[in-house]
Amino acid sequence: MKILNLSSRAVLALVLAASLAVPAWPQTAATPAAYAIKGGKVFTLAGAPIDNGTVIIRDGKIVAVGANIAIPQDAQVIDATGLEVYPGMFDPITQIGLNEVSAVGATVDVSELGDYNPELVAATAVNPASAHIPVTRANGITEVIAAPGTTGFDLQSGGLIAGQASAFNLAGWTIDEMQINRSVAMVINWPTIQTSTFDFASFSVKEKPYADVKKEYDKSVNALSDWLDRARHYAQAKEKGSPALYERDLKLEALVPVVEGKLPVLVIADQERDIRNAVDFCTKKNLKMILGSGAEAWKVKELLKEKKIPVVLAPTNRLPEQEDTPYDKPYTEPSELLAAGIPFAFSSFGTAFSRRLPQYAGTAEAYGLPHDEALKAVMLNAAQIFGLADQLGTLEPGKLANVIATNGDPLELQTQVRYLFIKGQLTSTDDKHRDLYDQYRKRPQPAR
Amino acid sequence: MKRAIFFAALIVTAVAPPVTRAQNPTTIFIQNATVLTVTHGNIEHGSILIRDGKIGAVGADLKAPEGATIIDATGEFVMPGIIDCHSHIAVDGSVNEAGPAVSSMANIADVLNPDDINIYRDLAGGVTTANILHGSANPVGGQTVVIKLRWGKPAADLPFQGALPGIKFALGENPKHSNFPTPPGITPRYPGTRLGVEEVIRQAFIEAREYKKQWDDYNQHKSAGEQNLIPPRRDVRLDPLVEVLEGKRYVHAHCYRADEILMLIRVASEFGFKVRTFQHVLEGYKIADEIAASGAGGSTFSDWWAYKMEAFDAIPYNAALMTERGVITSVNSDDAQEARQLNQEAAKSMKFGGLSANDALKLITLNPAIQLGIDARAGSIDVGKDADLAIYNHDPLSVYAVVQKTLIDGQVYFDRQRDIAQRTTLAVEKQALLDKEKKAAEAQKAEEKKRDENSEKKPDKKPSQKRKPPQNGDSNVSANATVATATAGGTR
Repeated sequence: MKILNLSSRAVLALVLAASLAVPAWPQTAATPAAYAIKGGKVFTLAGAPIDNGTVIIRDGKIVAVGANIAIPQDAQVIDATGLEVYPGMFDPITQIGLNEVSAVGATVDVSELGDYNPELVAATAVNPASAHIPVTRANGITEVIAAPGTTGFDLQSGGLIAGQASAFNLAGWTIDEMQINRSVAMVINWPTIQTSTFDFASFSVKEKPYADVKKEYDKSVNALSDWLDRARHYAQAKEKGSPALYERDLKLEALVPVVEGKLPVLVIADQERDIRNAVDFCTKKNLKMILGSGAEAWKVKELLKEKKIPVVLAPTNRLPEQEDTPYDKPYTEPSELLAAGIPFAFSSFGTAFSRRLPQYAGTAEAYGLPHDEALKAVMLNAAQIFGLADQLGTLEPGKLANVIATNGDPLELQTQVRYLFIKGQLTSTDDKHRDLYDQYRKRPQPAR
Repeated sequence: MKRAIFFAALIVTAVAPPVTRAQNPTTIFIQNATVLTVTHGNIEHGSILIRDGKIGAVGADLKAPEGATIIDATGEFVMPGIIDCHSHIAVDGSVNEAGPAVSSMANIADVLNPDDINIYRDLAGGVTTANILHGSANPVGGQTVVIKLRWGKPAADLPFQGALPGIKFALGENPKHSNFPTPPGITPRYPGTRLGVEEVIRQAFIEAREYKKQWDDYNQHKSAGEQNLIPPRRDVRLDPLVEVLEGKRYVHAHCYRADEILMLIRVASEFGFKVRTFQHVLEGYKIADEIAASGAGGSTFSDWWAYKMEAFDAIPYNAALMTERGVITSVNSDDAQEARQLNQEAAKSMKFGGLSANDALKLITLNPAIQLGIDARAGSIDVGKDADLAIYNHDPLSVYAVVQKTLIDGQVYFDRQRDIAQRTTLAVEKQALLDKEKKAAEAQKAEEKKRDENSEKKPDKKPSQKRKPPQNGDSNVSANATVATATAGGTR
């Protein structure tokens, strides 16, 4: 199953050439009230796969899933015979909507100036018309989180408290229509003790004495601590006093749910020492921590397990942290975390590479991660980590109808997404790339 | 930094010497594999006979000769070693000779670093050959070199013997410094537009043509037996451009937009040379017919896009569409990680544009071999070619494929099982060294304390600078910073 044999590849190529009759999104007023996806093998991720299963969608939600389900009269039937049906994929750390062309500052709203910006919310500036949205969903990713201040391809991270991350569906006219949860986590870029840094102005590596960077580091952590303490005091004042007794402060107000443990902190850290320090800090401050990136999370397994800290992993396809780290450590890290009982999800940490999400899971599977766990780590786990599993992650009644139908294993490189439902809407897999391809493929031979 | 170098050396000694070298076998027999020849189909239960580093025979009915070292590849897939047509690994220091717009005097072959761990990592991704280029800061960049990833060998042994050298050109945003603002107080460098980029290249070739004429005249007179001739003054900047004019050096041109690609085709035609490859060439699909007609190849990315304005019309169908229109096309890495997954990147052209499996494989084997002019020696599994091979546990075009062994010139340079087996030994050795260093530092500290106590009596004597015990990770540049080093000044 994993490997397409060569003759079936040829068949696949022919099938690919055939165009699909999926209506272009957005839909017209004639949108059906309900859909029935029938005939496919349904991977609910909440039980065994269902051969020849049916998924009924109504008003944006899944209403029934099973082998022998009656199809409502008003439902448009989608024939998924020969296809596999899954929950859509979820990329939990991206800059989608905040970053169009990384090198063009005018199109980037990822990192605000200043180190402490807890009041900023990603959803404020998510551009629903971004070309990245159709490109990403065409590869089966139906929802993402945009996280301010996080690094992407060619982007620099910004801010210690970078702002609030927002979860949204990858289709809709406005962010209000797309939004799943405006605030799912507070992004903290954990400061790092780094003696060598690359200086862009001089294109060279700058060395600083350890004592100096340690001092800077301590200063940052103290400041972070101070912000949280002030937020706690602010919350207390707010609870006990009348508004007249304290001055309204947007930054502190934004940190209140964090210190109350209601809003998790998404702490971006890679090196072992930084992860340990961050976990220690969050434990002392009683914060609900999610570790983001975690290149050396494999060195901190016991601690993460003990403190029940989930990890949103940096792309599997990356170089090892240290020169003497095993060459395949980034590839085996997911299966090591699984064995240690640490919940994790895959993520692109990017914009243009969000569509690579299944590739990251597939690579981890090649190096030992079981297939069903690899699927969960791109479909379900992120929803659980960010408290959205009541709405997303499995094909079960009551959940948001973010569903994909593929012509094979969704983690395999050649697999095509045939049908895409976002919030119960049949959504086109066309995008800027397909359009340009179609356009230039038709270009006549130039005259000589 | 010293510590990092030290560990690099440690890895070299521990991992490098190919097991086969100890026995020095001249005959190796890989048996019972699915052999993806690329040129003449796939052979199930096939075998490959390697003699003196070359492929001696390929087929389904071969018998292992007596005394041959057997590599049993039952259930595994053997493909030609991956050829990466655009790489910046194994370069000691910065990849850009920032400053002059024409930096053809700089040669990357002079700064090869055989201890770059990325050589080993890419080898572990099935790569056997890489085209090592400068960055893209200058319209006319530095001289390039094709290397084999002979991990453990000195720099002098890395170059692919017989491969024609190249030169990097760069068009568009990087040479006009669009995305790397000039630091305050420094005059921006010409060119600042694509118009200026063309002018710089034309001017350089006008000079090169005149310089070549001086030498041709001189040589003509000399061979006619004339006496007391004064040779023209050597110009190391123009020499490589003369080689381009004479077809002795390939032009690998970094480019993005269709207009700049057509510009360079026109300039090349004006001066009578050919562009060997357009690198990145993300809008190549828009003018694939023109590229094909010019005789140039296209070496592109799988699905990179939108990282800068000139990459905003990039499409993952580019490799397939260029192939369809007759351009010899390859997929390259431009990045040490991407090189480790070139098999995956090639496979994407089956999804985006419907290439056949064999055409997808060609993107990382035969086609880059043709582009680098080494196809008589590499790029397919054919008798007489170098035994540069990658052995996978699955079809290499699957995301689930893992490299098991990589061979160069018939020697096993990477062996996954051997790598895994050595990890415990390496970890023990590392710990022992760390302990030793810590102990030494403590001893030195005690010594210094003693000296300080003594020096209190002689206050004019300064205490020597104290050494600190090693701090985990202190001396390592972060992953992000490393990436930044590779891309600064622009390579992509």
